[in-house]
Order: sequence, then C-alpha cells, then structure tokens
Amino acid sequence: MTHAAQPHQPAHHPALAHHFDDLAQQQEAASLGMWVFLLTEILFFGGLFLVYTIYRAWYPEAFASSSHHLDIPLGTINTAVLIGSSLTMAMAVHAAQMNSRKGVMIFLVLTMILGSVFLGIKGVEYSHKFHEHLIPGPDFAYAEAEFFRPAQIFFSLYFVMTGLHALHMIVGLGLMIWMLVWAHKGVIGNGYYSPVEVVGLYWHFVDIVWIFLFPLLYLIGRHATGH
Amino acid sequence: MAAEFPAHHYLNDGYGIRSWLLTRDHKRIALLYLAAITVFFFVGGAFAVLIRLDLATPPGDVVSDDTYNQLFTMHGVVMVFFFLIPAIPAILGNFLVPLMIGAKDLAFPKLNLLSWYIYMAGGLMGVYVLLTGSLDTGWTMYAPLSTRFSTTRVAPAALAVFVTGFSSILTALNFIVTIHRMRAPGLTWFKMPLFLWSTYATSLIVILGTPVVAITALLIFVERLFRFGFFDPALGGDPVLFQHLFWFYSHPAVYIMILPAMGVISELVAAFCRKPVFGYSFVAFSSLGIAVLGFLVWGHHMFVAGQSVYASLVFSMLSFLVAIPSAIKVFNWTATMYKGSVSWDTPMLYAIGFIGLFTIGGLTGLFLASIGLDVHVHDTYFIVAHFHYIMVGGTIMGYLGGLHYWWPKISGRLYPEGLSKLSAWIIFIGFNLTFFPQFILGYLGMPRRYHAYPPEFQVLNVLSSAGASILGFGYLLPMFYLAWSLRYGRPAGANPWGACGLEWQTTSPPPTENFAVTPTVTESPYHYPSPAVKHVA
Repeated sequence: MTHAAQPHQPAHHPALAHHFDDLAQQQEAASLGMWVFLLTEILFFGGLFLVYTIYRAWYPEAFASSSHHLDIPLGTINTAVLIGSSLTMAMAVHAAQMNSRKGVMIFLVLTMILGSVFLGIKGVEYSHKFHEHLIPGPDFAYAEAEFFRPAQIFFSLYFVMTGLHALHMIVGLGLMIWMLVWAHKGVIGNGYYSPVEVVGLYWHFVDIVWIFLFPLLYLIGRHATGH
Repeated sequence: MAAEFPAHHYLNDGYGIRSWLLTRDHKRIALLYLAAITVFFFVGGAFAVLIRLDLATPPGDVVSDDTYNQLFTMHGVVMVFFFLIPAIPAILGNFLVPLMIGAKDLAFPKLNLLSWYIYMAGGLMGVYVLLTGSLDTGWTMYAPLSTRFSTTRVAPAALAVFVTGFSSILTALNFIVTIHRMRAPGLTWFKMPLFLWSTYATSLIVILGTPVVAITALLIFVERLFRFGFFDPALGGDPVLFQHLFWFYSHPAVYIMILPAMGVISELVAAFCRKPVFGYSFVAFSSLGIAVLGFLVWGHHMFVAGQSVYASLVFSMLSFLVAIPSAIKVFNWTATMYKGSVSWDTPMLYAIGFIGLFTIGGLTGLFLASIGLDVHVHDTYFIVAHFHYIMVGGTIMGYLGGLHYWWPKISGRLYPEGLSKLSAWIIFIGFNLTFFPQFILGYLGMPRRYHAYPPEFQVLNVLSSAGASILGFGYLLPMFYLAWSLRYGRPAGANPWGACGLEWQTTSPPPTENFAVTPTVTESPYHYPSPAVKHVA
C-alpha cells in the first residue's frame, strides 16, 4: 500500500460534510447539483410548453379568444412582483456571500413576502375563473359555442401550467424558511453560502418560467386580434 | 490461502432497523434497493408465470379476459418501472460509483436515502393499484383508453409512475455530480472504468427524459380526474400527442435499462479476459452516442399511428444509426476476448450470454426500424421477443453478471461456484426456449396482448411456456445461494478475481468510509495483467 500524503486539511468548517475534502468542493457539488436539477425542470415544463404549442397551432382563434378572459392588470402586477422577488433573492445570495447573516434574513423575508403576494393574487384570479365557470370540466361554460372544446383545452393548460408554477413557488417558500432557520442558527455565513445560492438559482428558474407563461397565456389574444 | 474477513466493515457498523432505515451510507442504501427491487422482480415474474400458464392452451382457460389484460399490464409496469430501470443504477451503481472513483460516498447522501424512500412510496402506490382493482391499459397507458374507457385504477397508477420517476431523477443527479466533482486525485475522465461512463450516460438520459414522462403521467392523471381534454379526441385533444410524449421518454428508457448493463459487461470482459478493453475511448463515447441518438428515434413506435410518412422515414433512418454505437460495443468486447486468457467464472458466463442475446435483440431491432417490415410484425409476438432479448437477455443477464462479480465485494463472501455456473446455464437455456419461439409466432402473425389464439400456434406457445418455467427456476437459484453465502460462504478477500479497479483495493466488505486512505490513481482502469494472484487481501 502506498503512503500517499493526505492533502492538507484546513481547519474543519462546521458545515463541512464528512465525505467532502473541503468546503469549496462541497459548494461546487451543491451548485452543480442544482443546475442538473434545473435541467430536469426545464424538460418537465418543456413537455407542457410542447402541448401548449401544438394546441395553439391547432386552435389559434380559440386560444386568442380564451386569452381575453385572463386578467392582464393582475398578471402584469404579478410579473412585476415576481421580478422584484428575484432581485431581493439575488441580494440575499449576495449577503450570504458577504457573510452578512442579518442581510440574508432581511432579504429572504422580503422575497417571501413578494412570493406570497404573487400567490395571493393568483388565488384571486383562480377564484374569478371559478365564478366565471372557466374551470374545465362539467361546469365549464363559454360564451362562444364554437370554441367550447378548445377553450377548455386552453384553460386546462392554464390551470396545469400556472398551478405547477405556483406549486414550485410554494416549495421555494418552504426552502426559504429552511434557509432562514439556518441563517438564524449561524450555519450560513463564515464562508458557507451555497445553500442560499442554490435556493436562489431555483427561485430565479421559477421566475423565468413565469416570464414565459405570462405572454403565452395572457398576451397572445392582444397580439392575435390587434386590440 | 484463506482470506481474512475484516473486523470492521459497513455491514457491522451499527445494527438494528434504524441503522438501516436512516443510513446515509451508499452501500447500505444499495442493499435497501436490492431488497426492494428483488421483491418487485419476483412479483413481476409471478405475473409472467400466470401469463405463460394461460397461453399454454389456445382458448385461454386459466384466467378471465379482464384478468389477462391486468396480468400483462402489471407485468410490464412492475418490470419496467420498478425493476429494469432502477436495478443496475440503484443497486450496483449506488454501491460502486463512490468506490470506483475513490470517494467516501455520493455527493448527496441524504438525497440518496430520500431517493429510496421515494422509490418505496411509488412502489407502495403500485401495490395499492394492484390490490384495489389493478390496471388493464397495457404498461403504455395509451389515451383515450386510459383516460376515458378503462375502469381500472389509472389515476393512482399514473401517480405511481410520476413518483417513481423522481426517485430515478435524484439518483441520476447524485451520480452526475459525484462523477464530476468527487473523483480521486489522478482519476481523469479517461481513466474511469467504463461502468462509470455508461452510468454517466444513463444518468443524462434520466435527467432529460424522465421529467417528460412525469409530466405526461401527470396530464393523464388530471385528464382522468377532472376531464381536462389533453389527449381525448372527444374533448378536442390528440391521442397521438400522448404517444409522442410517452415515447419521447419511453424509448430512451430502453437505453436507461441497457446502458448500465453494457457498462457491467465492459468490466466483466476485461476482468475475465485479463486484458484492457479494446478501444476504450470508442466504448466510452458509444455510451454517450447511444444516449444522444436514443432521444431521436421515438417515432419508430408510431409507424402505424398515423404519423406522417416523412417523419417515419427520418425516424427509421435515425433508428438504424443506433446500431453503430451498439455494434462498436459488441465488436470491442469480442476483440477484447480475442487472444485473452478467458476464465469461465460465473460472471463471464453471463457476459458471454449477454453479448450473444443482445446481438440477436439488436439485430431484430434493425428489422423493426425498417418501416415495411415493422408494419408487418407491428404489435405481434415478434416485438415481444425482440424487446425481451434486450431487456431480459440483455439487462437481466448484465445485472446478474454484475451481481455475481461484485457479490464478494458487497457481502465479503464467496458463493458456491458449481451451483452458480449451473444456474447461469439454466437461465440461458430457459431464456432462449421462452423467447425464441416468440419470434416465429410473431412472424406467423400472432398478435401480442391477446388472451386466446388459434390452435396451430400451440406448439410454439407450449415451448415458450416450458422455457418460462425453466427460466423462473433459474432465477430462484441465485436468490437462495446468494442468501446462503451471506452466512456460510468462504471469506472472499479484497480481490478474489484479481481484478483492476479501485473497488478491489479496499477490503471486502469495504469499511463505511470505503478507503482507509484516499487512493491516488496513476494507471489506466484496465492495467491487466498486473494483479495476477488470486485470493490475496
């Protein structure tokens, strides 16, 4: 057996897991892991965007007409809210890299507030759709009879896509609570920031999904009919 | 020279149920998977036994028509999602990836344990489906049969597929990060064992393909529950779109099943011929080639589904291309054996069986890639025989070969050689007797998934059923003698085969942290014939 010299071990960081050589390796692994996970997420939503693309090509008029039933002011506010939350998230990551526990906590709480505002507005929109009988299924009602079926497909896609997006946001809020606890306990800081960084990556991804959903669902009607 | 059994190893590092169910040791998690996956293998096998029993006579007088539909469906669902896809990655991959790269564990040990629990959750949903009314749509769950007409438990079954998919995704993510970030000093990409290349390629397919079947299963679920019209033409949807989405994953899934087995075979051929694998980099890149091409051929499942003829032509051509990386592997294994000092240990018997059976399965795949011929044998037993040659003749042979090769490392003990060779032969003979007649049946026009058949097909069906009983017996044997060896087998020593590879440099069974000192790699993975002496710790 060779007596290969062990690489020099720096002072053991409390957050260093036993199977990593050093904190840098651990943080790189976490970051790569999240990127790979986001790759999976892209394909996950990608399947839905494919379904959307095909049915929009099949039923362009019905999709344009259905799109008019979505609430553009609320959608626009939500878009701004979500972009704002990405900004505060980026600042939380920056604070973590600067070892500012207080900064991490403040910006995480701000991000969570903005995320909750988004979900609240989404809930209001959902309840409007419920009252307007725009939820696909036996209660579905649509004024223009010729679009009855394709409009159901549009709203099926609307609810599945925005619903999955909202579910991802709820998961993100849960992750942020976890990060808050870690920041409070002092796990985050002292050079260890990758958990906040990967939660940030995830949050930005969720944000980007909305950046695609908003025009594809809300705005196509305006474009197609020149309103 | 009797080998010593190490005093401290991962198996005696903690006792009791908690030390297993809360373990983060990749080796213990591999054994958790081994236990669960073996159960599902025999459940899926029991369905196959009943199918073959029913098909022994033309009228189909053992089970009812509905039960028969449920049997072949559940056989497919259990075998594909709960056995073939996870088997080699989750058991052998989990055990070996950190050992082969000289790491202490996978990058995310807790995530690894979580994957097992997710797998078990999906598995329990599968059991729930089974106990509460089963599924009769075929494992493919084509819409609108699945979304409108079937009266069986489609929604929970779709959810089970969805959940189990996430278990494979998390395992694949763990492998990718581990292989990128945790290799021992000196272990460059081109010094990695080929098993790692194929595991890496497999993980890429899982990462890119599985989410698509997950979303498809979810759409089936909501369409079934809420009557959202994604795939049902009566609601304005497109059933062929379901087939596109389904096969976009489920064809690459075939490579999720076969690529890890190919990686195993590369290890076995090198170890038992005592030669470096011929054309190492070609074999490595052919794994990636198969992973990439695998995503471009799904349309060959839809030649008769109303797909455009031009699309079919392109899919046909791309399907032919898959033969190139596959053949590279087969030729290179054969070239490795050429003038090697081949030893006929049990794992090598499985490896040779794999090469022959995979070649038959692969060549008949070319028949099916030709549009004209495919239309003739579409949905016949020819297809059934073809994919069983790949999945049973390929994946299970590779899995069993790998299990026999690394069993001394996993358990620290040797199994009875005579009995294990005998069972390898029984499996090989039983397999061919089961599935070769099905090629002929299919060519003669016997459709798959039918409960009854004309009397002139009976001789071939009886042959197939007889083969299945031999095959089933062959599969039971390793379960008994491997379990026996856990207690009574002779200690194996660190390197019973005299094989290269980091996993053979540590004790058998390895300590919890795998290596006493992090190894440094200076040589190629197959620097044979150097560690020539057998049974030296």
